Amino acid sequence: MIPELGHFALACAVALAFAQGVVGIFGPSLRDPRALYATPLLACSHFAAVAGSFLALVWAGVVSDFTVENIADFSSAATPLLYRITGIWGNHDGSMLLWCLILSLCGLAVALFGGELPASLRARVLGVLGLISGGFLLFTLSVSDPFTRIWPPPLNGAGMNPILQDPGLAFHPPVLYTGYVGFSVAFAFAIAALIEGRVDAAFGRWVRPWALLSWCFLTSGIALGSWWSYYTLGWGGYWFWDPVENAALLPWLTGTALLHCAIVVEKREALKAWTVLLAIATFSLSLSGTFLVRSGILNSVHSFAAAPDQGLFILALLGLTIGGSLLLFAIRAPVLAAAGIFAPISRESALVLNNVFLCAIAAVVFTGTLYPPFANLLFGVQLSVGAPFFNQTVLPLAAPIIIAMGFGPLLAWKRADFAPVLQRLYLAGGVAAVVFLVMAANRHIIAALGLAGGAWVVLAAFTDLAQRVRLFRVPLGQSVARFFTMPRASIGAALGHIGFGVTVLGIAGMTLALQSVVVLQPGQSTKMGGYVWTLQDIHSAPGPNYTRRVADITVADKDGVFLRLHPSRRFFTTQKTITNDAAIHTNGFRDLYAVFADESAGGGAELRLNDHPMAPEIWIGGLIMALGGFFSLSDRRLRVGAPSRKRVAAAVAS
Amino acid sequence: MRTPKRRRLYLVLACGLCFAAAVGLTLAAFSSSLTYFLSPRQLVAKPPPMGQSFRLGGIVEVGSVSTTLAGTTPTTHFAVTDGRAAVDVRYTGVLPDLFREGQGVVAIGSMGPGGVFVADEVLAKHGAAYMPKDVEQALKEAGKWNPKFGPPPPASTWNTMQVKAGS
Repeated sequence: MIPELGHFALACAVALAFAQGVVGIFGPSLRDPRALYATPLLACSHFAAVAGSFLALVWAGVVSDFTVENIADFSSAATPLLYRITGIWGNHDGSMLLWCLILSLCGLAVALFGGELPASLRARVLGVLGLISGGFLLFTLSVSDPFTRIWPPPLNGAGMNPILQDPGLAFHPPVLYTGYVGFSVAFAFAIAALIEGRVDAAFGRWVRPWALLSWCFLTSGIALGSWWSYYTLGWGGYWFWDPVENAALLPWLTGTALLHCAIVVEKREALKAWTVLLAIATFSLSLSGTFLVRSGILNSVHSFAAAPDQGLFILALLGLTIGGSLLLFAIRAPVLAAAGIFAPISRESALVLNNVFLCAIAAVVFTGTLYPPFANLLFGVQLSVGAPFFNQTVLPLAAPIIIAMGFGPLLAWKRADFAPVLQRLYLAGGVAAVVFLVMAANRHIIAALGLAGGAWVVLAAFTDLAQRVRLFRVPLGQSVARFFTMPRASIGAALGHIGFGVTVLGIAGMTLALQSVVVLQPGQSTKMGGYVWTLQDIHSAPGPNYTRRVADITVADKDGVFLRLHPSRRFFTTQKTITNDAAIHTNGFRDLYAVFADESAGGGAELRLNDHPMAPEIWIGGLIMALGGFFSLSDRRLRVGAPSRKRVAAAVAS
Repeated sequence: MRTPKRRRLYLVLACGLCFAAAVGLTLAAFSSSLTYFLSPRQLVAKPPPMGQSFRLGGIVEVGSVSTTLAGTTPTTHFAVTDGRAAVDVRYTGVLPDLFREGQGVVAIGSMGPGGVFVADEVLAKHGAAYMPKDVEQALKEAGKWNPKFGPPPPASTWNTMQVKAGS
């Protein structure tokens, strides 16, 4: 019964979403106030319908209703409750429903928090969101229905893929999807602004918080995914340049560019058309990222939720959304005349430089990701573009961004001078040079460049903060007081840069990682990374729906044993599969990583031991970046939504 | 000359330079670090030069996995097949969780002496039902599998080409 209700709610949601789309887009031109008021209500009921449908599926998962095919295929009676719920989005149909839920949640947020917007703009934004949501809900309902029943029901479900039974699945997909889907709001704003034919400073002000919010989620989602991939074996480590990973990186790159150039629109009214194009590009890349991978066009190690049969429907939806929006842009872009002019050395130029290089990186990653399927189609060769390609192309293009990140925030708007900025950055530059020389003396050139770059970015961001609070130039108490009255957006921006620098430090540190694969008998030991690793014992232990074999390893330095690691192998009985559970010890700056790979015939254990310097910084940096974004969102300017001078002027003029 | 036109020219020049750099880097990297994806059949028909890196994809042949020890360093040997040819692979390291006989794998590495593929990295597909396109084609051509009638036959039977009725 409940699944049928869910199915019915899904059908209602399709109708409501299309109604929201049509009323929202065409209502404002009819000048009928009823259309303007109906759209937010439709958005709320549309969300309620999708949420009801999603809850029905979660309920079916929680009570293990095996008459629902989706539950029978991906869950079992022995599956722990957490994975019965998270398993909903661990497969294709359920993850589609989650995707639609988040999209309708975005519509709800615009309806609830968009009171400050002009009513016609809000209706059009909601209309665009409604149309997108309607398309994908229709796809879910007609082609990948998660509520399909089977009869007779199996006694027990097939169980979940053991490798997905991990807390990573609970958090990574929802957070990442929120990031992807959140850019739909920026996209809807861009389309609505194109329809209205007006892009001004107010547009930058409205788009930025939404873009920032989804950017924060996307950043955390990528960081979580990278961490999950790091502690799971066989997924290629923290970053593998896999198509799925690139699909998440592409909207992140253009989204980061969007964040930066929306500032220029807001402050200086320049780069308008470019900002609109970036908003369209970012959401288009989010869409293609989510769906190209599932359509089976791109091959990935991570594609657990593939639905190749439905590729055509998805491609048609993608074509309509992306093609339609680009067409609208081509027709309307000439209306958007630029206003602000700036000198070659200015804050605007630094932001343009950031945009140009971020987009160049995105273009290169896009080419590398999509070249293999095209080469296969056109020349009939099976190619793969792997890490060496991306390292060779992305790293040289990232270097100018890293250098410019230090200067940018210190430059003045409109016209600036390099000399005083350079003077202020002597400390950051000096430390970066020392780091480079020390590491280069030990012949780690790549690590030297990376660590110096990371140190430069982090210290330059701190210098920026210190400048703003006039540290050491006024009494300390006054500096602290200045810090607390500083606009939170500036602190957020500095945090974002610091986070990026920390991630760069982590990635650079990982190039110094050590690894050793050994077979040890209990009592035997080996040396790696300056430590003595001893296998003490191998024993069995129970688990909820698996049994496991655990290896006890001690790690000793010259002062004796300081660490015990317990990597294990899990045997899942329902699926007859084995997974490895790595033991990772971190002190925040270095990971000691042990894997119990196999039990060899002679009674010993095959172990993989790793020493990963700076590895935690990769994800800590991502977390700091996201925190910086959230902090910036709490800025009073955005919360209060004070009308800008331009918006008042525009309202008077019209 | 500080006209708006001149300033826009700087901007266009900067963008042009940057995209030229991007294109240049891409082409350079394409010519040096593109890795081919080969199936065992292609590898046997036309072996690439020793030391050139490429990806080998196929199914782990059943009964081919063994481990040898040199001191405390283990080396895993297995064969990757696509139903028409098999290639021996040597790998030192931890195999992914989903690595099993009869499962799809992708190995990255290069040819070593004696016609053995030396893998630097071995990846297993997430999906349990993964099958390389070549294998799928070969099985269909051999009349051993029709996707309409359920899952493919076990990989151990592919090399022997016995035609089973149904499954």
